[in-house]
Amino acid sequence: MRGTPTRNNPYGDGKVVDACSIFGVIDVTGRPFSGDRAIAAIACMHERGNGLGGGFAVYGCYPDFADWYALHVMYMEYDVREHVEGYIGSHFQLHLAEPIPTRHVHTISDPPQLWRYFVSTADHPLAGEAPDDYVVQQIMRINTRFRNAFVFSSGKNMGVFKGVGYPEELAEFYCLDEYRGYIWTAHGRFPTNTPGWWGGAHPFSILDWTVVHNGEISSYGTNRRYLESFGYHCTMETDTEVVAYAIDLLVRRHKLPIEAAASVLSAPLWSHIDRDSSPRGILLRTLRQVYPSLLLNGPFTVIIAHTGEMIGLTDRIRLRPLTAARHGPLLYLSSEESAIRLVDPDLGEVWTPLGGEPIMARVLAPGEGLPGPQAAARPFGGGTR
Amino acid sequence: MKSYLASRFVVLRDQERCIQCRVCVRQCGYDVHAYDSEAGDVFSCDERCVGCHRCVVFCPTQALSVRENPLSYRANANWRPEVMEDVLRQAETGGVLLTGMGNDKPYPIYWDHLVLNASQVTNPSIDPLREPMELTTFLGAKPEAVTLDPETGALATELPPQVPVAVPILFSAMSFGSISLAAQESLARAAAEAGTLFNTGEGGLHRSLHAFGEHAIVQVASGRFGVDPEYLEEGRMVEIKIGQGAKPGIGGHLPGEKVSAEVAATRMIPVGTDALSPAPHHDIYSIEDLRQLIYALKEATQYSKPVGVKIAAVHNVAAIASGIVRAGADYVAIDGLRGATGAAPKVMRDHVGIPIELALAAVDTRLRQEGIRHRVSLIAAGGIRNSADVLKAIALGADAVYIATAALVALGCRVCQMCYAGKCSWGIATQNPYLTRRINPSIGARRLANLLRGWSLEIQEMLGGMGINALESLRGNRLHLRAVGLSESEMRVLGVRPAGE
Repeated sequence: MRGTPTRNNPYGDGKVVDACSIFGVIDVTGRPFSGDRAIAAIACMHERGNGLGGGFAVYGCYPDFADWYALHVMYMEYDVREHVEGYIGSHFQLHLAEPIPTRHVHTISDPPQLWRYFVSTADHPLAGEAPDDYVVQQIMRINTRFRNAFVFSSGKNMGVFKGVGYPEELAEFYCLDEYRGYIWTAHGRFPTNTPGWWGGAHPFSILDWTVVHNGEISSYGTNRRYLESFGYHCTMETDTEVVAYAIDLLVRRHKLPIEAAASVLSAPLWSHIDRDSSPRGILLRTLRQVYPSLLLNGPFTVIIAHTGEMIGLTDRIRLRPLTAARHGPLLYLSSEESAIRLVDPDLGEVWTPLGGEPIMARVLAPGEGLPGPQAAARPFGGGTR
Repeated sequence: MKSYLASRFVVLRDQERCIQCRVCVRQCGYDVHAYDSEAGDVFSCDERCVGCHRCVVFCPTQALSVRENPLSYRANANWRPEVMEDVLRQAETGGVLLTGMGNDKPYPIYWDHLVLNASQVTNPSIDPLREPMELTTFLGAKPEAVTLDPETGALATELPPQVPVAVPILFSAMSFGSISLAAQESLARAAAEAGTLFNTGEGGLHRSLHAFGEHAIVQVASGRFGVDPEYLEEGRMVEIKIGQGAKPGIGGHLPGEKVSAEVAATRMIPVGTDALSPAPHHDIYSIEDLRQLIYALKEATQYSKPVGVKIAAVHNVAAIASGIVRAGADYVAIDGLRGATGAAPKVMRDHVGIPIELALAAVDTRLRQEGIRHRVSLIAAGGIRNSADVLKAIALGADAVYIATAALVALGCRVCQMCYAGKCSWGIATQNPYLTRRINPSIGARRLANLLRGWSLEIQEMLGGMGINALESLRGNRLHLRAVGLSESEMRVLGVRPAGE
């Protein structure tokens, strides 16, 4: 742990620039499955990373503690744990604290101390009616107040497992073979301007929202300053963080459907919006007029996930790859088709989404039948980009 | 009284080339050139020359040139020629020294110390010839969030009035009176062609320009000249003018000589009377009064158009702008130290106010700190010279910019700073029909629309180079700016890092 970088970007470059491999898989029946496929697929895209960051998000991995927020915390310094645990203890109801199980992997050197805390806000008077807001606020506070501690996962019945190394090594390190989940997203990273900080690996997360990202967001400065107006502090100095916060703002706080949020992040061109005088066109126009500062510009593909749902999205002119595929109840999203074919040779459908067209898959309600071809991924209102 | 001032310029006439055609005699608004019929010769009175180049450009044989009088004073860093000449001029007139156009003193021009970013390797640059590149900007107040009906999913948010501009460049306030109708019509036509707006200034909207009302920002200033319900109805946006960068803290003065019948009718005042705008609005003595005026204008226009407020950039501009936003303005225009004017006391123009770059950065930062930046549009004015300045202003936080001097230069203006004299040889800052006829509004509009087109193409190139395909992704994106040769405190106010960091 000594010598572990404590910041994502010690050079103060403003943001971290990286290229990456991303992968995601969901079973829309909600049935948990092992991480074998996600791990093998992301390992298949080894060449797209450089060993300076990798990680996984697993949904449904803590079924026994599903009502509690699972805080994953990394400590870059021994002393700080005591202070953070004091803080957690006085601001949450703590149900369980334990080290995150890891095993030795010879290529993973100097890991930080990794702990998880299952907490609730039940007794806290300030949590009140909006426990999620309260949790976000507390995480922001821990991440800004304690310099060498970092909360990197904070949702219920989900977890983020990430660090410096190749993703398949991190899967081994975090004993991910012992977890099962109904959504797995994965990331292999190729940062160009940072020695690699554990907190700076993907997925980025707030509450149960996670984001894995390939690309560089040229609008980062605009997005970041806009989000700061709403109380989000970008502590990570990386562009991916703004995606997570933008989604949190739009979906959780402004209560917009995820389709609408996607059309804010990858807004249709004005030339398309102007041709559409239907209520949908007016909605798209209004969204773009009110949220111009949340348009994500520059090349990117992201896989965004939260409880029960996984979304793939590229920038408007598709400067980063994304392939989608379906096989029965499984929907795959990947930087490269080969990774999907490696883990599931008998795919039903494989397709390349259009630029800015969100691919969405959610866990079906009880009794709901499997969607027809591509229906699980139908773009917002039909997609006429 | 004999003037002790030496002439500023020397007119050079190549007698070999001069054909005594007398074009220069007719072109000069300042009577520099005269024809001596007895001698059969054209001669020049150098002391009247303002250096506007009208004669030089129109001389059919290129016989003329104008150069600064090379007259040398004994070198003195303190008592420079301009300082002494101002003293002499006041000793001879006993008055306030007047001038026109913007501050010409060598204050730092921060635009020239800011450089833009471009993509390399990790982020592909975008070719605007092959890919869409969006510059459309919507001016007007925005709500905090879009709300959908939880039952039906239908849009429940109704936006306040939004005004789209195809390029983020608007023509700043120049009244009919300060400039000729032909010049204003050129601006109006160009605004219509380019999909942007022009600003009437405090001079009303001449009947002949009502056709361009859709592209007009109608100004309501302290003199209320030309303001009636029809005027408000005609405009696309309404602007309350509190101050102007060239002369913060004072009003306007259009001398009676320029108040022709048409100007008088448009301003709704008697012919030949001085049009004096008071320094403050006599109904605004604090922010709550401004709120009343904003809402009075919104009521008068049935909340159908944005009502903005224009202020001069002064020391505590950030706090003032914040108050204006909270008072209900739909946009705030900030006019910096180098903003121009048709007439202002020279001492005010040269010494009052702060540079727009610092003011804009300070206002944008403050509004964000207070969480209200996204509610309003911000327009930066005063010293925007080219497309790079426009883009830098947007990266500092502006939604759009106002240009005025650049627009007049496109019409021929040489920034001779004599607008207040009403003799403009280019037909811009004059009401003399012999001079104003020189501007053909079709050609004037062509020149202005060309300028906007050229800038907009350059903006697209620069945006594409940064890997951005919509202007909104550069707004307030100061990471795309770096400072060269600025102090720590200047960089702190601008919110930019030094180049190389």
